[in-house]
Amino acid sequence: MDRRGTVAQDAKRSVLLLPSVLMMLAFFVLPIILTVYYSFTNLALSGEAAQNMQFVGFENYATLFKDRNVKTSIVNTLVFLIGCLIGMQLLGFFIALLMKSCGKTFRRVVGPIVLAGWVMPEIVVALCCSTFFGDNGTLNTILGVIGVGPVEWLFKYPMLSVILANVWHGTAFSMMNFQSALDGVSSEIEEAARVDGANYFQTLIRIVIPCIKDTIATNTMLNTLSTLGVFGLVYTMTGGGPGTKTLTLPILMYRQAFVSQQLGYGTAISMLLLVIGIVLSVLYTRLMKD
Amino acid sequence: MKKLMSILLASAMMASLAACGGGATSSTADSSAPAEAAPAADPAAAESSAPAEAEAEASGDAVTITVTFRDDGQAENGALWKWFDASYESYDKKDQVVVKVAPITASEGDYFAKIALALQSAETAPNITCEDTFQLPTDVSAGYLAPLDEYLTDYPEWTDGSYYESLKTGVTGGDGKIYGLPYNTDTRGLWYNKEIFKQAGLPEDWAPANWQEILDACATIKAALPDVVPFWCNSAIATGEATSMQTYEMLLYGTGERLIEDGKWIVGSPNIEKSLTFLDNIYKNGYGPSLSLVLNGQASNTSAREYLPQGKLAISLDGSWITGNYNEQGASPWPEYKDVLGFAPMPTSEGQDPKTITLAGGWALSIPAKSANQAETFDFMKHMMSVEQYVPAVMNMGSIATRQDVATDPVYAEQPFMTTATEFLVSADFRPKDDKYPVVSTHIQTMVESVVSGTSPADAMAQYELDVTGAVGADNVVKK
Repeated sequence: MDRRGTVAQDAKRSVLLLPSVLMMLAFFVLPIILTVYYSFTNLALSGEAAQNMQFVGFENYATLFKDRNVKTSIVNTLVFLIGCLIGMQLLGFFIALLMKSCGKTFRRVVGPIVLAGWVMPEIVVALCCSTFFGDNGTLNTILGVIGVGPVEWLFKYPMLSVILANVWHGTAFSMMNFQSALDGVSSEIEEAARVDGANYFQTLIRIVIPCIKDTIATNTMLNTLSTLGVFGLVYTMTGGGPGTKTLTLPILMYRQAFVSQQLGYGTAISMLLLVIGIVLSVLYTRLMKD
Repeated sequence: MKKLMSILLASAMMASLAACGGGATSSTADSSAPAEAAPAADPAAAESSAPAEAEAEASGDAVTITVTFRDDGQAENGALWKWFDASYESYDKKDQVVVKVAPITASEGDYFAKIALALQSAETAPNITCEDTFQLPTDVSAGYLAPLDEYLTDYPEWTDGSYYESLKTGVTGGDGKIYGLPYNTDTRGLWYNKEIFKQAGLPEDWAPANWQEILDACATIKAALPDVVPFWCNSAIATGEATSMQTYEMLLYGTGERLIEDGKWIVGSPNIEKSLTFLDNIYKNGYGPSLSLVLNGQASNTSAREYLPQGKLAISLDGSWITGNYNEQGASPWPEYKDVLGFAPMPTSEGQDPKTITLAGGWALSIPAKSANQAETFDFMKHMMSVEQYVPAVMNMGSIATRQDVATDPVYAEQPFMTTATEFLVSADFRPKDDKYPVVSTHIQTMVESVVSGTSPADAMAQYELDVTGAVGADNVVKK
């Protein structure tokens, strides 16, 4: 095709792309730029600063470094993240592996059950889990039958409870990813390994896992990004409490921006969350390349 | 042909997306369209803030008045909702206005955030909003509220002494203008169940002289009646202002300290630590309710509507209004309450002068600056505050009336505890009238909840210092 044709085609493509680019600019890029800008101001929800917002330079960021709650919530966010990643990935992989080795009936029964947790909206999951872990909830009723006294799960073990809730919600995603990856591992290689005398675990660790390591990396990255931003689940179940025990960055951001009405400081916290997300993504991408 | 189709499809998609994206603004189009179609309609109606009422406005030339308030879950049975409905039913200009009750069902903390967001735009601002008087100065300095002075010249009851003068300062902005009609006020103290006290061997006519006597009473109750919760106070972030005012400030003011001194916020002091240590003692010794009961937005209702009437709670540090729940119309009718309950004043920390302490707050009806039809709205507010409408409403709320002429109304005055609560009012303290108070208050709530859930008072105070310094600026804080 000659040069003129290419130009014409490029123009056509651009026209077709334009709407979506404009939408992205208006609803994604612009809000991000505004957020960056607001994080340098003392914008508030009410009071003097709501009317006359002022540029305060790096003041919000300076506060970030002094704020104990920021440190607490970074630690909490990482604990939540790592707990969820381990739970979702191991469980997802294990279920996928069982599904592969077991018969069709098993797949037909277990698949939908695991998926049920995933297709539910976050708020429904949060409500289900709140009632499950509640003082008079399902878990305590079951424990009561075997003679274990009621445990205030959401107050004694709040972090564990929200991690378990999120694992229940998110495992299906990992399971499906691993399922398709495992299906892609050629049975010939596995057979060859077995002929060479490798047992099941050796085949699994030396052959199968190296074959799907790209999927593991992608899955980890996707789960990381979605787990970092979890707000509704934690907010509904514990509200970040008791005290600061499940105070993650998104909750701290909400508290500062909307409860304490300091939108400027709240956006600075959201920038911190964004930076953590970017750092982790870059890290995973690097690891994948190696 | 294919290309043409795809272009058409793409533009159709774009158009539909744009329509979705404009969801927030499409209400203007909706409400102005019928008005254009019916030119006879009041032009002001087209600017109405309530899109859902567009049809109602277009059908007649009635003005819509949207009323927003915090609904704690009772919906139509709530005292405020009933007041709005009854006032509208008896309104002589009923055919000229439509009153739309628009509750915000939220915890206290979320309510103020939602109101602040709604008041920012003419499209979402209601016509009447219920403002807690602590939030009012902040909303005034944000320019969210309309001054009422112009309308008050037409309201003789405002100046003829019907309203308590002291409550008028609570609705006055920094500029000296009036920004709301106060509709209730309250005091705080120690509610206690005399039957439980009798069983535990404590005096039925209880009046603790200092904090230690409260702790001693709790210990006695815990030992005698292990199934009863000895002491309850609002302790959660989710219970919002109730945690700051009913709990922390009742304690702090009792040490003789205030939140603010010579314009500077006190962010660290032995008295703050003393107040927090009292709470720590309550929870560490198991005198308080379990955290799952107290650390949620419903906690104030759980104590007042369930635990206290059911005899599962001995002492509750709470507001004078909780008896509103026990009326026939209330959320938890309890005819025996006037004999079973006692209302003791909260002592100062060591019983030092002035011996007892209480705080008074209250709410006001305000008109948002960006709302339409303000004159019609104020006229309706006057009707709501008329003696006939106001007396049953304030009794349902369980609150102290803001009108002196109501105080002598026999039905109102004969309510149990009303005399005591009103006596408390004479010596009551108030929250700081500072537009930073609402922000500081949220940090108080964080501090209280962390102590209750195990953080040491010293650590919680250190975080409070940092939070408040960040919110009001280093020049405006002081340590003692």
